[in-house]
Amino acid sequence: MRNDPNLNRRDFVVLLASGAATLAMPLPALALTVDGARTLVGRAVDAVNSIIASGKSEAAMFGDFERMFAKFADVPVIARSALGVAAKSASKGQLAGFTKAFQGYIARKYGRRFREFIGGRIEVTGAKPLKSYFEVASIAYLPGEAPFDLRWHVSDKSGRDLFFNLIIEGVNMLASERAEIGALLDKRKGNLDQLIADLKAL
Amino acid sequence: MNLTIPLLSFDLAKNCGRSAVLATVLAAGLAGCASAPVPQGVNDPDETANRRVHAFNRGLDQALIGPAAGSYGSILPDPVKRGVANFAGNLEGPGDVANNLLQGRIGDAGQNTLRFAVNTVFGIAGLFDTATALGIPEKPTDFGETLHIWGVGEGKFVELPFAGPSTQRDFVGLVVDVAVNPVRLALPNPEAGYATLAPLASSLGDRDRYSEIVEQILYESADSYAQSRLLYLQNRRFALGQTTGEEGFVDPYEDPYAQ
Repeated sequence: MRNDPNLNRRDFVVLLASGAATLAMPLPALALTVDGARTLVGRAVDAVNSIIASGKSEAAMFGDFERMFAKFADVPVIARSALGVAAKSASKGQLAGFTKAFQGYIARKYGRRFREFIGGRIEVTGAKPLKSYFEVASIAYLPGEAPFDLRWHVSDKSGRDLFFNLIIEGVNMLASERAEIGALLDKRKGNLDQLIADLKAL
Repeated sequence: MNLTIPLLSFDLAKNCGRSAVLATVLAAGLAGCASAPVPQGVNDPDETANRRVHAFNRGLDQALIGPAAGSYGSILPDPVKRGVANFAGNLEGPGDVANNLLQGRIGDAGQNTLRFAVNTVFGIAGLFDTATALGIPEKPTDFGETLHIWGVGEGKFVELPFAGPSTQRDFVGLVVDVAVNPVRLALPNPEAGYATLAPLASSLGDRDRYSEIVEQILYESADSYAQSRLLYLQNRRFALGQTTGEEGFVDPYEDPYAQ
C-alpha cells in the first residue's frame, strides 16, 4: 500500500476477500503515508464544507458535526489525552462514558463556531511527516477575514488514519481541552462521574 | 484591588547584552544577536497577581466593554464599521514600517509602505483597504516582535489591565509602540486625537465581531484565565514563527497520561 497510492484500504480488503491475494503473499505494513494523511483531511474538510453549506439549523449541524468528528477523529485518544492524569485511575466504564460525553461536548462547543465559517472554505495545502505522525496544513478562508492557518495532526496508531489534534493559528485544541477539562475536574474536586454527567449539558 | 504588575525584575538585555542592543539599534536591526530560545510551556510566577488583574478585566468587559461593543455593533452600519477598522489599521502602517526596518525586514517594510501609500491615496485616507483588494496584504508587526528579533526572550506572562494577556517583552513593545507612534507624533491637533480614538473604536468593533469566541473564553470556560493565557502564548509564539512543530505537541499515542 505504501508503494501504490491507487490501492486504498478498501480495495485491499476486497482484494483479500476475492482471493486474489494468496495466503502466501506477505501482508503489506499498514503504514500511514503523506498521501493517506492528506486524503483523510481532504475528506474531513469536504465533510465540514458540506455541513457549512447545507443551510441546516444549528442543532442539525451539531449532529452532523459530531458524526464527522466521530468518523475522522480518534475521539477515544483525544478524550483520554484531555482527561490527562485522571485517565489513569478511571475505570473502563468511566473512560467510555467520558469519551461519549466529550464527543458531544466538542461537537457543540466547536459546532457553535461554525456559524463563522458560513460562506467560507478550507483548502488543504500540504502534508509532511512530523515525529511519529503527519501534519496536514490547510488554510481557512472566511468572508471578510484574513486567511488563517489550520493544521491537522493525523496518526494511524488506532488502526485507521484519523486526526487527533487541530492547530488553529498556533492554538492547539488538545492543549486547550486539557486545560479546560482539568479545570472542570478541579471544580468538581476530581469527581469524574460528576464531570461526565455535567459534560453532557455543557 | 491591587493591580500592580511586577515588572521590576525584567531584564531586557537577558539574551543580548545592553551594548549589543544599542549596536543592533544603530545597525537598524541588520546585525542581530543570537535569537532567543523557543519558549516552552507557561512561565507565570506571578499568577496570583495576574489572576486579580484578569478578574478586573473580566468585570470590566462584562460591565462596560461588552455592552458598549454590542451597542457599537448594532447601531453602526457594516460599511461604517469596516471604514473605522480600515482607517485604524492604516494608521498602524508607519509604525509597522518603522518596526520592519528595525527588524531588518526590508521586504515587509516595502510592502507596508506601499500599502500605506495605496490606502491613504486611493483608499481615501485609509477608509478603504484598497491594497488588500489589489493583492498587497498587511504584514502586521509590533515592537514586541522587533525585540524578539533582537534576541529578547518573552519573559514572564503578564495580564495587563485593559489590554489583557501579554508577556514582559510584549508589554515593553506595547509601551514603545504607543509612545512613539509616528502617526500621532506627526499629526497636529485635533487630528492626533482622531488617531487615538480610531483604534479604540476599532477595538470595540473587533470585540463585537468576535463576541462569540471572546465570550466563550471569558464566560464559558471553567478557568478563563488559564484558557486566555494558553491561547495568547500559543498564538503569539506562532505569530513570531516560534512554532517548530516539536514543542507543545504531546503525542497522545505515546504518552496518553502525560500532563
